[in-house]
Amino acid sequence: MPGLEVLEKLDRRWLFLIMGLLVLEPLMFPLALPLTVTRPVQGFVDAIDKVPDGSTVLMSCDYDPSGIPEMVPMTRTAFRHLLGKNCKVVITVLWPGGPGLVDSVLSEVAREFPDKKYGVDWVNLGYKSGNEAVMVVMGQGIANAFPRDYRGLDSRSLPVMREVRDYASFPLLVNISSGYPGTKEWVQQVQARFHLPMVAGVTAVSAPEYYPYLQSGQIRGLLGGMAGAAEYEKARGEKGSATRGMDAQSLGHLFVAFCILLGNLIRRRPAEARS
Amino acid sequence: MKRELPLAITAAIGVFMILSFFVPHQAVSVPADFLQASAIIVVAFGYVLGGANVLRVNFDGIYKRQPDWPYKILLLAGLIVTFAIGAIDGVEQHGGFLDQGTRSKWIYDNLYSPMSATMFSLLAFFIASAAFRAFRIRTVEAGLLALAALLVMLGRVPVGDLATHWLPAPARLGAIQDWIMNVPQNAAKRAILIGAALGVMATGLRVILGIERSYLSGEE
Amino acid sequence: MSLHLSHDFGIWIGAVLTLFIFSFLYKDNPFYKIAEHLFVGVSAGYYIILYWWTVIVPNLIEPLWKQLAHRDLWTGQPLLQARPGLFAAELGDYRGWLVIPGILGLLLFSRLFGKIGWLSRWSLAMIIGVYAGIKTTGFAQGDFVAQLQASLQPLWKAGDPAFTINSVIFTVGLISSLLFFFFSREHKGTLGVFSRLGVFFLMAGFGAGYGYTVMSRISLLIGRFQFLLDNWLGLR
Repeated sequence: MPGLEVLEKLDRRWLFLIMGLLVLEPLMFPLALPLTVTRPVQGFVDAIDKVPDGSTVLMSCDYDPSGIPEMVPMTRTAFRHLLGKNCKVVITVLWPGGPGLVDSVLSEVAREFPDKKYGVDWVNLGYKSGNEAVMVVMGQGIANAFPRDYRGLDSRSLPVMREVRDYASFPLLVNISSGYPGTKEWVQQVQARFHLPMVAGVTAVSAPEYYPYLQSGQIRGLLGGMAGAAEYEKARGEKGSATRGMDAQSLGHLFVAFCILLGNLIRRRPAEARS
Repeated sequence: MKRELPLAITAAIGVFMILSFFVPHQAVSVPADFLQASAIIVVAFGYVLGGANVLRVNFDGIYKRQPDWPYKILLLAGLIVTFAIGAIDGVEQHGGFLDQGTRSKWIYDNLYSPMSATMFSLLAFFIASAAFRAFRIRTVEAGLLALAALLVMLGRVPVGDLATHWLPAPARLGAIQDWIMNVPQNAAKRAILIGAALGVMATGLRVILGIERSYLSGEE
Repeated sequence: MSLHLSHDFGIWIGAVLTLFIFSFLYKDNPFYKIAEHLFVGVSAGYYIILYWWTVIVPNLIEPLWKQLAHRDLWTGQPLLQARPGLFAAELGDYRGWLVIPGILGLLLFSRLFGKIGWLSRWSLAMIIGVYAGIKTTGFAQGDFVAQLQASLQPLWKAGDPAFTINSVIFTVGLISSLLFFFFSREHKGTLGVFSRLGVFFLMAGFGAGYGYTVMSRISLLIGRFQFLLDNWLGLR
């Protein structure tokens, strides 16, 4: 069949173009496909809901600009969720490319709560190198690892940090992470050693490896990728960038599935027909 | 001194770190905390060394007129300007060089962040191309992999449930995807997790006991 | 839908650099090379200054300065100490002892000078020792023990056949996948059968992982398009 011969020799740039158009179109003309909140996401929501109002929560945002589409919507919704419960939030960043991005996201959400003051209701402790070593040092004293915050202020002098000593000061760890260091290291070094309850928002590429932690109860809720972020937005009654991206996600997935099937169909033709 | 002392340092510190997991007494916990705090500092120096190496390698490339050497001038200019502006902003802001409104934050938001995000976004195109050209279903195992991939890919997005909404709830793509993730996928990942944990524990002990010495770079 | 182009010069720079990088999809070209080299240079400069201001100054230089000069590093204000002593360390306050990691950190730079490069091994040995110890216990407790504990689940629940079926499938899958990685014996006979079954479960796991990877990669593209459409072009 001449059509299949053409497809076999297809320049991959045509595939790039089709992929680009299929992702672009629903972003401009939304399909508004319905979303369902799954159990791991509901677990994430319930774990934060169960935190007593007004308590101080630790949030570790371990990602950089390469994780924006998946991680930023999760961070926004989770931070909004916590501030809405009048929780005080202590934020750390363990990825070197992340501190500027995380601070922009947090500041943007904090502006929606004019009564919440930096240093009193929330603090961004910024970035620290050392991966697992930082996590263990924080177990002896959060301010020991972060003597200054993201803005260069003495962290011990901030009102929000006066009530914080070590992991025992927090009822929950909310970890939003793109890879290493991230959820796995927090589970191994903090949840296992200091028994701090935690929930995690992770990239889709790493989400499958955290299902064993979810099933064992080591993490109480899991947001996986943009779909998880969109479901979290739906559970919280929001319509953020993750929800708007799911239509494009759907068409992108359909196209990749089509490529797998078509690629194999073309190459299943008898050898003499192909030559 | 060149090999024996580093091996002894690794062994002593490694054993001490493992001991600190079990012994909460301050005679162990305080030195262990000091070692971890020291590791944070030494690792930071390591990254600064990496940056300095980029400077050295690219200066060399320009001097020797290697291919694409004009672009390396742009690379070095970007490095030096970002570093210099960061140094000035850090002094002005008492260390908070990325605070809102600084020049470093502008560089981060408008140069580093978009380029970092876009480099990774190219992968979306390549994954479609690879799915078409390289994903061969030739064996039962590959077929099973492909079937699981298709069910999860379509079940995880709204279009999956929309296409199968007419089926009973347990037969819809979303429910099938959920079952795959919670049962067979979970079992396989847990097996890999347990196996990898055994491997890391064994390797950690080999490093601490000096059997694994590759980090000494093989020099005399 | 109407166009509201951004007036922010920074957004225009970000958008142009984004398009430069996307041009690689057609073929390698000077615009892509400009963006690529600029990215490497800016990243390297950013990383150097980041580690200086976020770790070396607050965690090393500032505490040492406070002990030696008895003044705040930034304000110059004199500091009163409840507990004097350059080496009178306690948990979280290591004072003069921080000279040790300072020296070890500087020794790393000996790698740039061939003849004395072996000095950097002392610093590497310290880092390797710390992380080997932390990771060994972390994997042992967090992955090995906790995961084995969680695997010992009941295989039967009264009145819930779905739970029973899933638990049995899960347990069989876990054991057969673990047996696949047992290479001390040849995979023949009963071990061979279980090992083959384990391969099927592993393939299901890898397939699910591939599906999620596709989602992640497409998300990255969606993010860039959202930036171009919302922030740059202002298409509303």
